[in-house]
Amino acid sequence: MSFLSYLINGLRLGSVYAIIALGYTMVYGIAKMLNFAHGDVIMVGAYTAFFAATAAGLPLIPAVLLAMAVCTVLGVAIERFAYKPLRSATSLSVLITAIGVSYLLQNAAQLLWTSNPRIFPSLFSNGAFELGGLSISYVTVITIVTCIVIMVCLMLFVNKTRTGSAMRACAEDQGAAALMGINVNRIISLTFAIGSGLAAIASVLLCSTYPTVTPTLGAMPGIKAFTAAVFGGIGSIPGAFLGGLLLGIIEILAGAYISTQLSDAIVFAVLIIVLLIRPSGLLGKKVREKV
Amino acid sequence: MLKVQDLVVRYGMIEAIKGISFEVPDGEIVTLIGANGAGKTTTLHSVSGLIKPVSGQVMLDGEDLTKIPAHKIVAKGLSQVPEGRRVFAQQTVEENLKLGAYLKRDKEEIMKSLDYVYELFPRLKERRTQLAGTLSGGEQQMLAMGRALMTKPSILLMDEPSMGLSPLLVSEIFDIILEINKNNVTVLLVEQNAKRALSIADHAYVLETGRITLSGTGAELADDERVKKAYLGG
Repeated sequence: MSFLSYLINGLRLGSVYAIIALGYTMVYGIAKMLNFAHGDVIMVGAYTAFFAATAAGLPLIPAVLLAMAVCTVLGVAIERFAYKPLRSATSLSVLITAIGVSYLLQNAAQLLWTSNPRIFPSLFSNGAFELGGLSISYVTVITIVTCIVIMVCLMLFVNKTRTGSAMRACAEDQGAAALMGINVNRIISLTFAIGSGLAAIASVLLCSTYPTVTPTLGAMPGIKAFTAAVFGGIGSIPGAFLGGLLLGIIEILAGAYISTQLSDAIVFAVLIIVLLIRPSGLLGKKVREKV
Repeated sequence: MLKVQDLVVRYGMIEAIKGISFEVPDGEIVTLIGANGAGKTTTLHSVSGLIKPVSGQVMLDGEDLTKIPAHKIVAKGLSQVPEGRRVFAQQTVEENLKLGAYLKRDKEEIMKSLDYVYELFPRLKERRTQLAGTLSGGEQQMLAMGRALMTKPSILLMDEPSMGLSPLLVSEIFDIILEINKNNVTVLLVEQNAKRALSIADHAYVLETGRITLSGTGAELADDERVKKAYLGG
């Protein structure tokens, strides 16, 4: 394969990471917590889409919408029952709870659907664009375009709407936001809803790349996307986008030119180097200490 | 009328407010003065709902605010200018002001409030597209006040508006407080700058380690020997 086709594959994988990373970064930005169960919401999305497509025979779009609905409800429920009671607890308690929720979801999935891998059906048509000797599959184009559209919509929503302004206010100062009459709990729920809905989209795109559905399927992409969010600057929407894309490209190129076994190690090595040079990530804001 | 009765607030084991009562009659400027750590901010936060007291009542026109979450209290016509301004630094001046009117849906009404605030603080109008974090301390104080006025409150809570400002700016801010009050807004003012606060207050209370130790009109307290000694520098 040529460099260019590796690059495009990297963009495709990176787009999936970016969509997942947006969920991490928005929740972190507003609720100031790392939702380690985010990866497992992807897994639930994947199973939902799998059953929707196989057992119910739904085509792509309805299957994705169903997965989004299930994940949104799940994400909001997780926040409501696991994290909200800890609103005034230390961040360590919340972190441990998030890890607990992650294991709970994985084990519940194992109980419900066993750990036997299931093969995700191909929901996208198999064609490809031919571009100057380069063959780019439809699903690649759809993945990248979906990611860009999501990113643009999110930016418009957060920066141009009244609710978006309220979200940014909550991200900066929840107390002051409440004094404006903003229902902070509702904004946090909304953030979880958006993040989880995006996780569902990511799950279908992910499974069209790696079509094996297992209860632990979300763990690795979850960690990678979290890395991408930190890489780009956690809390920053463009940062998650950029971090995701770069991470995907680095992973694919490292696998192609250096070593497939080492590609993950290289990805994390790059993260460490970036954080050493820029502790707040590529696009992260420097945190100023308040006096 | 705002009426605080037997208010008790605890942080863990520490009783920060030990059963205080005071009144803020409509149309007046009432001030709470006291040293650092006396419980002034805690008192204001209990009124605006950011802190829920252990016991006691905060009655606004006969309704107990302690049972209502902070974001719903604003709708009752009570807004707060928090200590340290707490403007949304990453948003523009105008976005901050519009957040102040978050509960208002009527565009025309919001524009009217915006005009009123810009008239009161012409400097904010000049800087409307600037990020709030880039404003000077005085401008941020004006923004925090303007933001709180956007809902057209009937009562305004102000926490240390003079903090960190030059004497000239403090005078400007206090003039504006008087002007706001003239426009039929009741003011509950918390200040360490007791001299200034007493000079504009109709009624005043002295708060010492969670208890009200003195009260009277602004002029009475400004003349009181104990107040002079403890808060007015002799």
